Parts: sequence; C-alpha cells; structure tokens
Amino acid sequence: SNPFEVKVNRQKFDILGRKTKNDVGLPGVSRSKAIKKRNQTLLKEYKEREKTNVFKDKRFGEYNTKITPEEKMIRRFALERQQNYGKKNIYNLNEDEELTHYGQSLAEIEKLNDIVDSDSDTEERGTLSAELTAAHFGGGGGLLRKKVSSEQQDEEKEKPKSRKELIEEMIAKSKQEKQERQTRRESALELTEKLDKDWKEIQTLIAHKTPKSERKDKEVEKPKPDEYDMIVRELGFEMKAKPSERLKTEEELAKEEQARLQKLEADRLRRMRGIDEEANKKRPSHMSADDLADGFILDKDDRRLLSYKDGKINIGNEEEKEEDEGEEEEEEGEEEDNEDEEKSQEESASENEEDDAADSHSDLESDIESEEEAAGNKEEKKHKANENESQNVEKSDPKREAAKSELPYTFAVPESYETFKSLLAGRTIEEQLIILERIQKCNHPSLAVGNKAKLEKLFGFLLEYVGELATLDLPELRTIDKLVLPLYNLCQMFPEAASDSIKFILRDAAHDLEEVIEVKGRATYPGLNTLIYLKIVSLLFPTSDFWHPVVTPAFMYMSQLLTKCRITTLQDVIKGLFICCLFLEYVSLSRRFVPELINFLLGVLHISLPKQQAQGYTVVHPFTPVGKNLELLLVCDKEDLKSWEMQNVPLSIVTRLKEASRTEINHTRLSCLALCFDLIKKCAALYESLPSFHEIMHPIRILLTQHVPVNEYPEKMQEWYHSALKELENKVKRYTPLICEKKKPVPLKQYTPKIVKVLEFGRKQAGSKKEQERKQLIQRHKRELKGAIREIRKDNQYLARMQLSEIMERDSARKRKVKELLGSLATQEGEWKAMKRNKWKN
Amino acid sequence: QLPTGLYKKVLVILHDSVLPYMNEPTLMMDFLTVAYGIGGAISLLALNGLFILIHQHNLEYPDFYKKLYSLLDPSIYHVKYRARFFHLTDLFLSSSHLPAYLVAAFIKRLSRLALTAPPEALLMIIPFICNLFRRHPACRVLVHRPGGPADMSEDPYVMEEKEPSKSRALESSLWEIQSLQNHYHPDVAKAAAVLNQFLSEMEDDISGLLELSAYELFDKEVKKKAVDVPLEFEQVRGLFGKKNDIFAEHFSLD
Repeated sequence: SNPFEVKVNRQKFDILGRKTKNDVGLPGVSRSKAIKKRNQTLLKEYKEREKTNVFKDKRFGEYNTKITPEEKMIRRFALERQQNYGKKNIYNLNEDEELTHYGQSLAEIEKLNDIVDSDSDTEERGTLSAELTAAHFGGGGGLLRKKVSSEQQDEEKEKPKSRKELIEEMIAKSKQEKQERQTRRESALELTEKLDKDWKEIQTLIAHKTPKSERKDKEVEKPKPDEYDMIVRELGFEMKAKPSERLKTEEELAKEEQARLQKLEADRLRRMRGIDEEANKKRPSHMSADDLADGFILDKDDRRLLSYKDGKINIGNEEEKEEDEGEEEEEEGEEEDNEDEEKSQEESASENEEDDAADSHSDLESDIESEEEAAGNKEEKKHKANENESQNVEKSDPKREAAKSELPYTFAVPESYETFKSLLAGRTIEEQLIILERIQKCNHPSLAVGNKAKLEKLFGFLLEYVGELATLDLPELRTIDKLVLPLYNLCQMFPEAASDSIKFILRDAAHDLEEVIEVKGRATYPGLNTLIYLKIVSLLFPTSDFWHPVVTPAFMYMSQLLTKCRITTLQDVIKGLFICCLFLEYVSLSRRFVPELINFLLGVLHISLPKQQAQGYTVVHPFTPVGKNLELLLVCDKEDLKSWEMQNVPLSIVTRLKEASRTEINHTRLSCLALCFDLIKKCAALYESLPSFHEIMHPIRILLTQHVPVNEYPEKMQEWYHSALKELENKVKRYTPLICEKKKPVPLKQYTPKIVKVLEFGRKQAGSKKEQERKQLIQRHKRELKGAIREIRKDNQYLARMQLSEIMERDSARKRKVKELLGSLATQEGEWKAMKRNKWKN
Repeated sequence: QLPTGLYKKVLVILHDSVLPYMNEPTLMMDFLTVAYGIGGAISLLALNGLFILIHQHNLEYPDFYKKLYSLLDPSIYHVKYRARFFHLTDLFLSSSHLPAYLVAAFIKRLSRLALTAPPEALLMIIPFICNLFRRHPACRVLVHRPGGPADMSEDPYVMEEKEPSKSRALESSLWEIQSLQNHYHPDVAKAAAVLNQFLSEMEDDISGLLELSAYELFDKEVKKKAVDVPLEFEQVRGLFGKKNDIFAEHFSLD
C-alpha cells in the first residue's frame, strides 16, 4: 500500500521472543472503515430517530447462511404455492372454466388447428408452437417448472400440510438418517475393535503354534464365523479369566484386622496430640474398604481385637494382643455356635444390601450398614434363641406369644417424640430393640430420599427417651443399657446430627446451670439423666481427642459441675463421684490433667473426717474448711463400720435415698469413701508422668497420712486405703530443669537477587493463580472501558459532524431559495419599472 | 470491727465512691491496713483502696509485697473478686524495678496454685505469667536453665515460706506449667505450651481474660463449628460395657 499511509510504531528495544501485534498501523484505512461502519449503523439510527415504523424482512431464510441459494429458492417457491393453494383468485378467470367456441372447447380447437397447421406450412411458418421452442431452444424453464409444480401439486394434494409440519418432517427425516448412519458406523467400529482385541488375545496363544490359523483368523473378520474359529475364540476367553484371589487364612484375616485397628488407633493418637489438626482433616473411615470386598469379616472379630484399649498395652504389642484375643475367644465361645449360621445369613444379607445400595453411597456407609446388619442379625439370633427358650419354658402362655406376633414388621419413623414414645410404650426391652432396629432397616437412607433426615431425628428422640427413662422415680437403667446400642449405630450413621443433638442437650444443661447460679448464687447437681448423657458421650465419641466438638464442651460442663455445685447431701457426693469417674474415663487414654478432679477428691476426703482445723492442705470452692456440710461422709457407728461390705453403689440411689435406713446410709457412705480411695489410686497411676505430680498430690497425701483415721476403718477399707497410699508414695521424685526449645536461627538477609522462573513475558508473575486471574480480569476490564469510552467519543464526533453537515445543507438550501425569490422579485420590479417608463414615455 | 458482709460491701465501693470525695483520704489508712491484715477475701478487697493511697497519697507501706505474697492461696482462683485482684496484682508487678527473686517467687507461687485452678482462671493466669517473664527477663531461668543440674530429687522452691526472698524460687523451674500442658482444655494446653518457646516481645493483653467465666468458655466451645465429627470405633456393649470401665467396678445399674 501507499507508504505514506502507513504509521510505524517504533520500539525502543527489540526483545527476542516478543510478539507484537501493532507494529504498523494504517490510520487512513481504519478511519475509513470506521466511518463506513458508522454510516451503516449509527447514521441509519440517527436518520430514523423519530420514526416508529420498522422494516421487517420476512423473506424465508434470507439471513440463514446454512441453506444453499438453490434450496432457498425452491423452498420459497414451495411456500408461495402453499400460501396460494386453495385460495380462489378472482382475477384468474380460466382456472376451472373452459372457454368454448360454438360449444367446442377452445383447447381442442387449438389442437385441431395445430393438426391442420401442420399440413399447411405456408402461412404460419414463422410462428412456432410453445412446445417446439421449449424443446429446441432450451427455454424449458416454463415446461420444467410446470412439471415440477404439477408434481408438487400432486404431493400436496395427497397430504395438505402446513409449512411448519413440512419443515419438521424434513428435519426429522434428515436427523433420523444421520443417526442411522452413525449407529451403523459405530457398530461397525465396535465390531472391528472387538475383533481386533480378540485377535490379539488369541494371537499370543496361537502365534507360535500355527501361522496358518493366523490367516484364518483374519478371515474371521468376514461376517461368516467358522466353527473352528468360534472354538478358538472361546478358548481365548477361557484363558483370559483371571485367577481369583486366594481365600485368606484365619491368620491373614486377623492380621488385616489388626492393621486396620492399628490405623484407627494411630488416627486417634494423632487427634489426641492435637497436631496437624488442620492439615489432616480426613475423616477416619470406620472400616477399611476391603471389608466389604471380603464380605465376611464378622464384627465380632473387631471387638475381640480391641484389647489395646487397656491403656497399658502399646500398639503393635502383639503378644499381649494375642493373649487377649484368646481370652476373648473363650468369652465368646458361646456365640461361636451361632456364628456359622450367621455367616451365611450375613453374606446374603450384605449382598442384598449391596445391590440396594448401588453406587450412590460411600463405602463407609455401606460398611456401617453391613455391620449394623450383622449386629442386627446377631440380636435377632439372640432374640430367636430367647424366644425358643421361652417357648420351651412357657408354651402355655399364648397371650404373650400373640403379643409377640403382633409386632409389625415395618415401621415408619415417628414424626414427633410423642408418637415415638407411644411406639415404645408398654413393650419389653427386647421388643423395643427390635422395633428400633426395624425402623432403622425400613428407613435406611439408601431406600428413599427423606429417610436420612428422619433417622437423624430418631436419634434425638431416642436420646430424649433415654433421658426420660433416667428421670423416672425408678430409673430404668437396664433399658438404657440396651438402648445404647441403637444409639451407637445411629451415631455411626449420622455423626453430624448426633453430635448436634448431644451438643444441644449439653447447651441446655449448661444454660440451666448458669441461670440457677445467677438467680440463687449457688448451683445444685443435675439429675441422673444428665449424668447418663455424659456417660453416653464417652461411649459414642473418642474422648481422647485434643479437641472434639462434643467432648470438649462436655469436659467444660463437668468441670463446672465439680466446681460450682454445692455439696449438701449424700446424693450430691455420689453424683460428684460419678462425674469424677467420668473425668477419669474421659482422660484414661489421653492422660490429661484435670485439677477439678483432684480438688473434688480432696474435698470428699475432707468431709469424711471429723470436724477439725484443716492443716497442711486447703480445700477449694465447693468445699469449705469450716461450715455446715462437713462430716457428710463421717461414719461413727461402730456396728455399721463392722458390718460394711464393699458393694457397688446402685445409681438409682441418687433419686431415692430417703427411705434407706441409717445403717444403709452409713454403708453407702463407706462405699463412697472406698470409691474415693480407688479413684485416688487411679489418678495417681494416671498422672505419675506429670512433672509436678507430687505437688498435685501433696494435699491428698498429707490428708491421707496425717488426718485419716485408718485404724477405725474396717479391714476392707484399710486395704483400699493402703493401696491408694502406696500408689501415691512409691513414685520417684525427679525434676529436670526446664529448657526452652531451641529457636530456629533467623537466616541472614541476603542480597542476591531473587530468581523467579519466567513463564510468560510481559506478564506479572507474582501471586497465586487466582490472584493472577483477578489481575488479568481487572486489566481487561480497564482496557475495555477505555475502548468503549473512545468509541463513544468517536460516535459523538461523527454525529456532530453529521448534524453540522445537515445544518449547512439546510442553510445553503435556504440561501439558494432566498436568492431565487429575491431574483424573481427583482425581475418583477424591473418589469414593473420598465412598464412605468413606457407609460411615461407614451 | 465490722461484720464480714458489711466489711466486704464497704470495701467493694470504697475505692471509687468514697476515697475520691474525701478531703483527707489518708484517714482511711488505718482502716485499710487493718482490713488488709485480716486475710482472705477482705484482704483482697482492701488492696484496691490501699493501692490508691499508695499511688496518689504517698503512703509508705512496709512489706507490701510480702503481704501480697502471703495473700496468694488456692482460693484466689475461685473467689468472686478474682478479676479485680489480678488486675491490681498486674499493676503492682508491672514495675520493672522489682527484684528478680520477688517476681520469681510470685511466678512460682501463682503457678503452683494454678494446679488447682479451673480452666477459666488458667486461661487468665498463664498469659499473666508470660507477661511477668517479659517484664523481668531475669526470671527466665525458671523456664530456661541450660546449664543446671540434670536431676533433682526435690523442688527447691519452698511453698510454706512466707518470705519471698527465702523461697528459693529462682533455683526452681516451672514444672507446674509443664504439667498444665497436659490440661484437658485445649486452649489451656496451648497457652501453657507457649512457655516452651522463647517468648515474643509484645505483652499479651489480659484485660479481656480477667472476667472470663466458665459459661462463656463453654459457650465458645459449643458454638464452634466442626467440619467432621470423629467417632468412637469401639463397639459399645451397654452403658458400662467398656473395657476396664471404672463404673462397672463401683456402680450398679439397679
């Protein structure tokens, strides 16, 4: 192009590898392009700015580029014909009527004429018939068209269709064809592929044997299969079958199980130490995925191996484990009989379950499910056994049998707590368990969509029910004992919902406590139900975690109970000791330090002593060195002291102590004291590794050695006392001076340049990918904005130019017209003057 | 000699609604000194008025720190006036001219007493002790003694000694805080673990921690959102069915 029209964007530095788009510009060309574009768009708009009518192009397919022009024309023609079809054209006179002449059809006359004409070719030689011209000069348009149109007309006569239908039909047809073609091709491809594969497999088998068969196999590709080939192929398939996995021996199973448990335990330890809480958020799967694959690992096994829970046994201490295993096996020897039967049942059950479950739910769930299934089966077995027994024993009790047979097999999940309660009301423990189990089975989350939420609710109901059972005058603790199982199962299925509902209960309890403290200034111990809840927490959740959404609040709550609640009665002492036990159980694995626990035990010892000035130790808050609630555990009666025997404290005592006789009360006191000694012993064992163990236990030791009247105690109590004291005393005192962890040396500041890999030139490298993307977006937005502003500015300039030119045009037209007028006036005037002059002359 | 309840009431309001309006606040000197000598909660409360007298009216109080030291007993972490007491103690110990043995004695005694404290008090006292270490770098031997004897059979610190200078606190180490690193409350354990490292220069702000209550702590924990809930993997076998269940030994379900 013209070098004068080129603008070169000179660069300061040449950079290798940089691609530039805007080396040269053609300002003239681009300007003219822009103006042209504006002429087409903006100018049009401007000119039509006060007009409301719009031009619409309704021609068929005018802007459709997919249709070829010929097709377009044909379609248009068809459309036209369609529109006109059936309409009578008033101007079209000779459509149906035949013109006649003397009663004869004109057409016939024409024909006759034609014949006549052919004879005499003198006059009309110059005029050729239409057909002739058509045939000879290729002006067949008319004829052809007529033909086509007549054909089409025929078709249309057959099935008069709207335009839309026609198009649809056409589209459908083409689509169908296309699909057919594709399927044909695909199937062919597939076939060939399959053949190839088969061939390859067989080839390896046959290649070294018979090269001939190779050729033959190639013929296989032809559609007619040979009998021989078929056999060969079959053989190939047979060889392909993989060797199934060897059945695992007992040992291997045990080993696997052990590995799984080790993994779980390691997980637990990791959580206990609270390290990398953030880093490893992976939820510990309850069972490994292989379990299901094998299908027949009984959950009994997993119980059996839990021996490391002792707290003494290290992980991987196999010997002890083996021992425990043995023990356990003995224990469960009775159940062994059932096991075989169960196995088959279980297998089939789990298979069914698997089918049901399909792919939709995770391994974990199905695992739990099968496990639950197993548990359920076991329960059922037990029940069956029970039933059998009962049948044998009391066959004559038809009423009960009837009641049992009444139990329906499917249950809907109750919507409210009331319905839930009514469902369980009046049933025996076993029946309640069956009902719960059936509810769970009938409403398994894999069966319907809403079941998950329903079962999650069920957990809450069950929890409430347990609480209610515990608050009864005669707490049904045996029932609760059994109900823990379904609670556990539900909790395994829905950890989030379970933790939420337990947290809710805890929050309520803590809130109540806080309110009572605010109003009365002192708090009392909560009912048995709260204690049971706290116990259930320890069953459902791992209490050794450094932080746990449920367990940590439970810790806080128990700590509040031990420090805030007043001790006024023996029940309070029992409840307090119960919480102490809970604390000990919670920290039994993690060995965490609980100051409240030590304080409370000290206090309990203190109130078991006769009134005196506390020397060498101080009791803290719920207990006072002086006051009215002292000597709560003091037993003076010699007879009672003698007759006491160690016995377990029944939990129901916390709700009804009043009826008990004085001796019984005294015995309970002594049992509490014995419990306290035992707890001290356990604490001492637990905390011996703490560096300030002796300082922690100092007050208790002083109390034990200097104040407790050992000699007055019965012998059994003295045993407790001595074992506790021994545990306290025989710890070595060892203190090592503390040394801070070494600080990491701070690296010196370096002046070497930071080297960053350049991935793309001309772009900023810093920041993450997201950040970079954001920056890019911002930049792009900026650029677009600038461009848009520039465009708008140019548009305005253009418009202004247009307006100016319009005004100029208008002005010039006006000037011209004025000039014309003035000219004509001048001539008029001139003529008039001339006339006047002539008059004067005349 | 006033009854205890009245004593407390008077002392609670003395420092901000009585003393500022008196012409001769020094007249209260004897009253406060006697109250300070009584011991227990009354001493704690008298401390506030006494502080104003010392601070603004030039009262010379002999053995003030010794007295303060002897005020520290296990109940300070449990009483209602904990926040006020520790606020004042923080003020008293903020002077950088205090001898190291005194501060060390305070630190050691506070941490010894912390072995019986509830978590809300622990969350306050551990940053408090850290602040003392920051103000008095000479006390750092309590947490960092590289060249010390390898094994000691006894903690050199004498708890029963009333005189801070004779308590041999500087020869001891803070094993109490090390024990608290095993506390069941995760925040306490974390706070105690801070002393394992060298402390940063900035002091912690403990004003927000002074009023901390157990219920607030509980609420904070309950409201934390957990991403997932770890579960117990031991199959349950009833309420007391765990291995080595303590309950099974001592309680029965009847």
